[in-house]
Amino acid sequence: MKNSVRTSWWRERALWIVVLIVLAASIGFASYFYIQTKNQIIEPDVPSQIFVDPSKVQGRSTAEVGYRSAFEKPKKLISTTSARTPLQDLYGTITPADLHFERHHAGIPEIDPEKHELLIHGLLEKPIRLTLADLKRYPSVSRICFIECSGNFRYGKREMTPQEVCGLTSQSEWTGVLLSTILRDLGVKSSAKWFLAEGADGALMARSVPLQEALPEAIIAYGQNGEAIRPQQGYPMRLVIPGFEGNTQIKWLRRIELTDKPVMTREETSKYTEKIKDGKIRMFSLVMDARSIITYPAYPKKIEKGWQEIRGIAWSGRGKVKQVLVSTDNGEHWHEAHIQGPVLEKAHTAFRLMWNWDGKPTRILSKVIDETGYVQPTYNELVKARETKGGYHFNPVVGWDIERNGAAYLAKIEEIN
Amino acid sequence: MQVSTISSLCLFGQLLLVSCCFTRCAFEKDEQRAMDSVDVYHSSWDDGLENYRKTWPSRFRLGKLADQQFIAKWDIDVRPDGKGLPKEGSGTVKAGSKLYHQKCASCHGINGYEGPYDKLVTDSTGKNTIGNYWPYATTIFDYVRRAMPFNAPGSLSDQEVYDITAYLLYLNKIIEANEVINAKTLPKIEMPARKRYVIDDRKGGPEIK
Repeated sequence: MKNSVRTSWWRERALWIVVLIVLAASIGFASYFYIQTKNQIIEPDVPSQIFVDPSKVQGRSTAEVGYRSAFEKPKKLISTTSARTPLQDLYGTITPADLHFERHHAGIPEIDPEKHELLIHGLLEKPIRLTLADLKRYPSVSRICFIECSGNFRYGKREMTPQEVCGLTSQSEWTGVLLSTILRDLGVKSSAKWFLAEGADGALMARSVPLQEALPEAIIAYGQNGEAIRPQQGYPMRLVIPGFEGNTQIKWLRRIELTDKPVMTREETSKYTEKIKDGKIRMFSLVMDARSIITYPAYPKKIEKGWQEIRGIAWSGRGKVKQVLVSTDNGEHWHEAHIQGPVLEKAHTAFRLMWNWDGKPTRILSKVIDETGYVQPTYNELVKARETKGGYHFNPVVGWDIERNGAAYLAKIEEIN
Repeated sequence: MQVSTISSLCLFGQLLLVSCCFTRCAFEKDEQRAMDSVDVYHSSWDDGLENYRKTWPSRFRLGKLADQQFIAKWDIDVRPDGKGLPKEGSGTVKAGSKLYHQKCASCHGINGYEGPYDKLVTDSTGKNTIGNYWPYATTIFDYVRRAMPFNAPGSLSDQEVYDITAYLLYLNKIIEANEVINAKTLPKIEMPARKRYVIDDRKGGPEIK
């Protein structure tokens, strides 16, 4: 009886016991595998980088806005008030809009084009207010030209890239309406000799520009490289005056006033003027003198013995680049570089020279001659002519020291003759 | 009698018409002349533009007329001859000193030369300042009203700008402590650096300047 009771106790609970054992076992296994997979380090017997042959898989789908290759990372070099174009990372002469240099005096304003207006007034019969839509109804022009900040020369150490030396120059195709087209309608008085251009930024940046010099080419631009001007470049509209110093080409343009004399704003008196010889200070130095720079090979690049293509850009605010001379022996001999056509006025122009480097340390230099016959000066020539060691509109010949191991470093500026 | 009245009316009408045409022509001619001088320019970039221009209408009539009220609101520049200076207001060194220490000193220093930002007052370093570099006193008013203080541009009243202008001129030893700065006095101030300024004469060509 007692035995049968015990047997029936087991029999009654056998099912439960089996279920419990199975449950415990599965939880055990599950946690064991969970821990295993979580901490598992796969150690393949081949290099662990996953390589997908792009010709064996479907690529990415289309996107509404393009992107750079993940392998290319050109970057502007930024400070609080400026950003420099990575000249050494670019090909040809057009600067991608997002790599165009920046210089602003009160940050980048965010402007709703619906609320933005351009006022044109002063010495004319009919003062007007124009919206962006109005501006786009005028006949338009496009112009490829550089814009360069007149304070665009830095030196002082060997480890400097073209971007650091003169990255405050960039080139775009600008589209807009000629200022002369708009003024034609407004009855400009003959007493109008200058105009003040003023921006809508926090600094209400303003510059006086001589009408006669600027009028044939001044553009009120709304397009840059095929798209609307970017906020950093003056969205929704800016002044573009090919060949003039960047500061005159007012971004976020909101007012143009025709005047008889310059207003003498802070930007054309206490800034953007330079000390020259005999203790004088030069003002309204508006046009950018000719300049060139080798962008390859240049710091931080390193070259190998044998054939190299020396590459660079040259430009002049006075017209076309006529000739670029390159020296591979510290100025002893000069070779005429190939210039990429069509050569445009007041535009970055690409130059190239094939060079068979023998592996010996040397210095490479470039200098430009523009169509007016201006020859890019050396630093020493500029110092002598102006009796100053820098300042605005300093455009000296620069070059690169190529060391035995092929590394390029900025040549000491005072040693270039 | 009637005939002569009618004919004189006709004559008057004709005269009116002719004079209207004349004024219009004169206006267009004058304008044309002003623009002609800059239109005679050709370079490679504007190839074909002259022919394209010939197809444009003589008037575009775009935008809207700007009335004086609107212009007055935006027309803020102040010129060396004093044009643009507010008639109202007169700045004192004393009031300017108080404002300067509240709103300017944190960037430009207690005395105007300690920084961290631009030196306004001449010190032993010889760096550019209002006293040794700025050619026109009116530029101080124009710039301060336009862009300062950096963290709140355009927030100063005209009176405050006059006061600060007076104080900056005083710190640079250009005016005395009891002098006032207003629309009459500011344009008359001669800045020490004025005589050093020359207009750019670079012209391209072989000369290095």
